[in-house]
Amino acid sequence: MVIVSMATFTIFFLAPKLVGTNPATLFAGRVADAATIKQVEIKLGLDKPILVQYEHYLVGIVAGRHFNNGPDQTYCPPPCLGYSFKNDQAVWPLMLDRLPVTVSLAIGAAVLWLVAGTLIGILSALRRGSLFDRAAMTVALAGVSLPVYFTGLLALSLLSYQFDVLPNVHYVGFTADPVQWARNLLLPWICLAFLYSATYARLTRANMLETMGEDYIRTARAKGLPERTVIARHGFRAALTPIVTIFGLDLGGLLGGAVLTETVFGFPGVGKLAVDAIAASDLPIILGVTLFAAFFIIVANLVVDVLYAYVDPRVRFN
Amino acid sequence: MTAPLDVDSSATTATPEAVLRGQKAKSIEGRSLGQIAWMRLKRDKVALGGFVVIVVLILMAVLAPVLVKLFGHPPDEFHQDLIDPTFQVPKGKFGGISSSYLLGIEPGNGRDVFSRIVYGARISLLVAFLATFVSVGIGTVLGVTAGFFGGWIDGLISRVMDILLAFPLLLFAIGLGAVLQSGNGLLGLSGTSLSVAVLVFIIGFFNWPYIGRIVRGQTLSLREKEFVDAARSLGATNAHILFKQLLPNLVAPVLVYSTLIIPSNILFEAALSFLGVGVRPPTPSWGSMLSDAVATYSIDPTFMVVPGTALFITVLAFNLLGDGLRDALDPKAGR
Repeated sequence: MVIVSMATFTIFFLAPKLVGTNPATLFAGRVADAATIKQVEIKLGLDKPILVQYEHYLVGIVAGRHFNNGPDQTYCPPPCLGYSFKNDQAVWPLMLDRLPVTVSLAIGAAVLWLVAGTLIGILSALRRGSLFDRAAMTVALAGVSLPVYFTGLLALSLLSYQFDVLPNVHYVGFTADPVQWARNLLLPWICLAFLYSATYARLTRANMLETMGEDYIRTARAKGLPERTVIARHGFRAALTPIVTIFGLDLGGLLGGAVLTETVFGFPGVGKLAVDAIAASDLPIILGVTLFAAFFIIVANLVVDVLYAYVDPRVRFN
Repeated sequence: MTAPLDVDSSATTATPEAVLRGQKAKSIEGRSLGQIAWMRLKRDKVALGGFVVIVVLILMAVLAPVLVKLFGHPPDEFHQDLIDPTFQVPKGKFGGISSSYLLGIEPGNGRDVFSRIVYGARISLLVAFLATFVSVGIGTVLGVTAGFFGGWIDGLISRVMDILLAFPLLLFAIGLGAVLQSGNGLLGLSGTSLSVAVLVFIIGFFNWPYIGRIVRGQTLSLREKEFVDAARSLGATNAHILFKQLLPNLVAPVLVYSTLIIPSNILFEAALSFLGVGVRPPTPSWGSMLSDAVATYSIDPTFMVVPGTALFITVLAFNLLGDGLRDALDPKAGR
């Protein structure tokens, strides 16, 4: 986590120097004179060496930070990720504000794709070579080849504009109106889940085919267990491990901002915040969201490691 | 896609038939692994179809100026007279498709969509191939090094791969892409060549751990094989073992994964262009065409469907070929 943040920080602070833009100029606005820029530089501590800036930034995340190097004083409570260059708002509350949108999107889609993907994968593996298998795998291959920004636009175009099935898709908070919340999230959920289900179906199928050929499956059958038990307790259980791994990583990745889906559907989530910040060269927000996303990926990694021990008895904590 | 049945039948029938045919011709000839794989691949009609589509796409990209001269209009030429002034969409149904504008007209400014698709293929394939080249290069070198030497070198390289895999790739890429392209050029590059270089660097650099892990794993298991022991006991140097014994055995997995990385790189480039940090306009790119289409697709979706379909066909073709190659080179790894 520290290394990721360090690398992110370094790159985002060195990169502007490389191409010759000054963050203070961005903060002060295009028309600011040299004196204002200097003042902003002092206030944000941008005149200090990179390492000192980095230290301040890290301390700020844990303990909060005083911007008191200039005439006007500001205190930024922890976790302090700095202030937006554009509208002077603190980055952390901005992200927190957007988080429910991203979480609704990611969790809903995750449930859908996990159920659909693994089910299709198992059925395909059990009826290998059947019509269902071939049809499902053809659709799955098409699914992995279709980017979400194309399926999303296609779905919107068909269901929202050509036929009024789901008109005017926009985000509604869960607390405001649960029914509208679900109705508006339906299309993004399906589009996102379609992409991931395809991957999961292919993966589950491959894993199931492998485990169902193992000797212990034959043993289980030989000792007279019903086929249902053999498949669920012996086959799927073992095929589950790799699925848990990528599920954790995928979900972690999405929680840090479903950038493409949010952009396509115009949902104000964390990913959209980053995209808008990039259009405005708002470095603190970009940096904040990237760290936030890295945090989710790392937490997901840890959770996956713990889950392993439950899913796969061969793995034990040391 | 490759149906599993085909895989099985080709895997089991290829050898005896080959032997029979070999006997009829002359004497039995030995077949290298490459020849056997090629025979398996030739039987896989779906994968061959993908291969043909890829060849056509590459030809299309290379011959873009000729094709545009023959069938289209220059990609940056505006045709405002063909645009409906109230809705800013092309006159006529289906995005203004006609014999003179094969894939319709761009809403707003009336550029020829066919020409832009053809030129867009250049950017798409160029970035995808170069980025794949970069990640395969770094991944193979570091993966072999880690797997072969082990010890602290392996530890270091593996940690670096873990860290890179924990990066929120897309966010990082859009941030970096935006920052690097915001200035007045970098390292003497500017305009389209700068965008392409930045895209290749970002996509290539962050994808090498995927190849690196696979190569490292393969090297680890190959290192313990008998033929390596044999070479070593005959007094072979590390260099000989690396280049003459290990690398030839790594060609197959590297080739397969390169083919499978290309489509994800194409999608990645399109995603970045869709988000506005890819190649700069007016250079055509499929991703930026899709994002341009957002403004008008509620009235006429043709301009959105065309680049999306181009993207889909390209990515699908590479996926089909990649799956086929994997089945041909390593039938055991098949699904």
